[in-house]
Amino acid sequence: MPVANIQVSETPLVLYALRRADDALILGHRLSEWCGHAPMLEEDMALSNIALDLLGQARELYTYAAKAEGKDNDEDKLAYLRDVRQYRNLLLVEQPNGGFAQTLVRQFFYSAFADLYWRAMMASRDTTLAAIAAKSEKESAYHLRHASEWIIRLGDGTDESRARAQAAIDHLWAFTGEMFAVDEGECALIHADIAIDPGSLRGRWLTTLSGVVSEATLELPQTDWMQQGGRTGRHSEHLGHLLSELQSMQRTFPGQTW
Amino acid sequence: MYTQALSTTETDDRGLEDAAKAAQFQARIDAEERIEPNDWMPAAYRKTLTRQISQHAHSEIVGMLPEGNWITRAPSLRRKAALLAKVQDECGHGLYLYAAAETLGTSREELVDAMLAGKAKYSSIFNYPTLTWADIGIIGWLVDGAAIMNQIPLCRCSYGPYARAMIRVCKEESFHQRQGYEIVLTLCRGSDEQQAMAQEALNRWWWPVLMMFGPPDATSQHSDTSTKWKIKRFSNDELRQKFVDATVPQAQYLGLTIPDPGMIQDADGHWPYSEIDWTEFKQVLAGNGPCNRDRLAARGKAHDEGAWVREAAAAYAAKRARRQTAQAAE
Amino acid sequence: MATPNTPLWEVFIRSRNGLAHKHVGSLHASDTTMALQAARDIYTRRGEGLSIWVVPSTAITASDPAEKGMMFEPAESKIYRHPTFYEVPDEVGHM
Repeated sequence: MPVANIQVSETPLVLYALRRADDALILGHRLSEWCGHAPMLEEDMALSNIALDLLGQARELYTYAAKAEGKDNDEDKLAYLRDVRQYRNLLLVEQPNGGFAQTLVRQFFYSAFADLYWRAMMASRDTTLAAIAAKSEKESAYHLRHASEWIIRLGDGTDESRARAQAAIDHLWAFTGEMFAVDEGECALIHADIAIDPGSLRGRWLTTLSGVVSEATLELPQTDWMQQGGRTGRHSEHLGHLLSELQSMQRTFPGQTW
Repeated sequence: MYTQALSTTETDDRGLEDAAKAAQFQARIDAEERIEPNDWMPAAYRKTLTRQISQHAHSEIVGMLPEGNWITRAPSLRRKAALLAKVQDECGHGLYLYAAAETLGTSREELVDAMLAGKAKYSSIFNYPTLTWADIGIIGWLVDGAAIMNQIPLCRCSYGPYARAMIRVCKEESFHQRQGYEIVLTLCRGSDEQQAMAQEALNRWWWPVLMMFGPPDATSQHSDTSTKWKIKRFSNDELRQKFVDATVPQAQYLGLTIPDPGMIQDADGHWPYSEIDWTEFKQVLAGNGPCNRDRLAARGKAHDEGAWVREAAAAYAAKRARRQTAQAAE
Repeated sequence: MATPNTPLWEVFIRSRNGLAHKHVGSLHASDTTMALQAARDIYTRRGEGLSIWVVPSTAITASDPAEKGMMFEPAESKIYRHPTFYEVPDEVGHM
């Protein structure tokens, strides 16, 4: 029975696409958990839209990863038949929704990066990645605007909302460093103009954050210590639970078509 | 759909109102004119519609929960995207419907508060649990199918905002039933285990779906006024039969058996069904269905936990308005 | 405790360049920015729009249906405002 995990030949390009695909899937999955439970119907609509954008990005990236790998994997095998140690997403995106503040701060940190990242990736020499970037850039730009407006309202709203937003910022800050890290394989892709150097985006990312956070009367933490590990499959405990839910059908009824 | 729980009718209070206005109003309805928010209308018409539209809205919102139960477990990325988009649509439909109800003079907040307090009903079908992935297919195929039967005539309802909301809803829902049918079809073409899953889900949902059309015409108390006002254009039994007639061949195509063994097509092409167990219906309506408490608790939790967010947005809006006023004064 | 009301907005969408904005529905939002975002998220999910207006519902002044006769009926008799009122021989062609 094909119940076991698939094996993926993680060439630098496959791994690169897989990492971004996992980011988008896991974050989209987290947002989809809100569906039916948001603070107002209008926000149910908004969060579902963002989740659908991310799910769409994930599907394109998985399909590309499978194609680059050139074996018989596909988007569903990559999503449903890898376990927690094989997932390559950022620790940030797997963090639980918490309350509305934590979800929106997580989104804000990620979208502020994704917006810059996809815009830069439009210049990739890899035409598939450049095309995915062109589509994702517009989506991310809106996600960033949506999240920023909420950060401002939560920060400059009531005492309670301000405290919740600040606590979420303080809690999630340590997961942001990983967005700017690269390994050897990625360096090679950067040299080949297939990938971009995320480190070069950090200054602008901080400027975006500072602008919104100060308008929101909030503060960014001063700490430099950053958690790492998602990119190599060393995750927080939260991801395993997410995957056991995400993959439950494929694991219970292996090898079937749905 | 979702209006079967309407258990009382407003007393016809024409006697208390200007008889001439009432006659004029009825003449407009009879001439197939649409009634708009600012038009004069009998208080009972307003009250009946407010209740029916808000009940419809509550049903869309509560209806997100049973299907939402499977968004995180959908078995492929394609199914996941379709299901999320569908459940999101239901939220949008609830939103359009609340807006239509609000044109009659009650705010969305009041309507929602009434639902959370257990004073307003929503469709009983959503008080049943979604236990397997096949339930998601069956809901799309049958629950949405039944809803469409009822919603299409509502596009011609006499109240303009309700009719317009229904037109938008019907347009958007056209993919919902197909989405469900495709899921069931895939199961029926799959393994024995998958086929059994589809049959078992159909067995559980069939009778509750037939109950969605409301009590039999013989016992329905409110149809008369609703029909006279052209809010309702077909009786419960007419719509139910229409639904059964449309569904039987679809089930046959799938190779599924409708859990009503005696069914034989009659000379007019109809598929008569056995008597429905209305005691179950009444129990679920009274709050004793398998999920009534869970559904209300989930909506109540979302509402309560969202209170601080709504307060923050309101507080910020007030601050921003003050700043703008101060700036303008400079 | 009763839930406080969030302001109601009316949404107008222009579906294509060259067309006028058309009323499509309503929503609730705390301020203009949120209203515009919500309108985008609710009413343009199927590519329905190129431009959105949101207007506070309270900002709309509506005519009174009871005055329909006075307001609109006088226009009905002015048939000379319409091209079909005038006779032009067929030989002249389209005008």
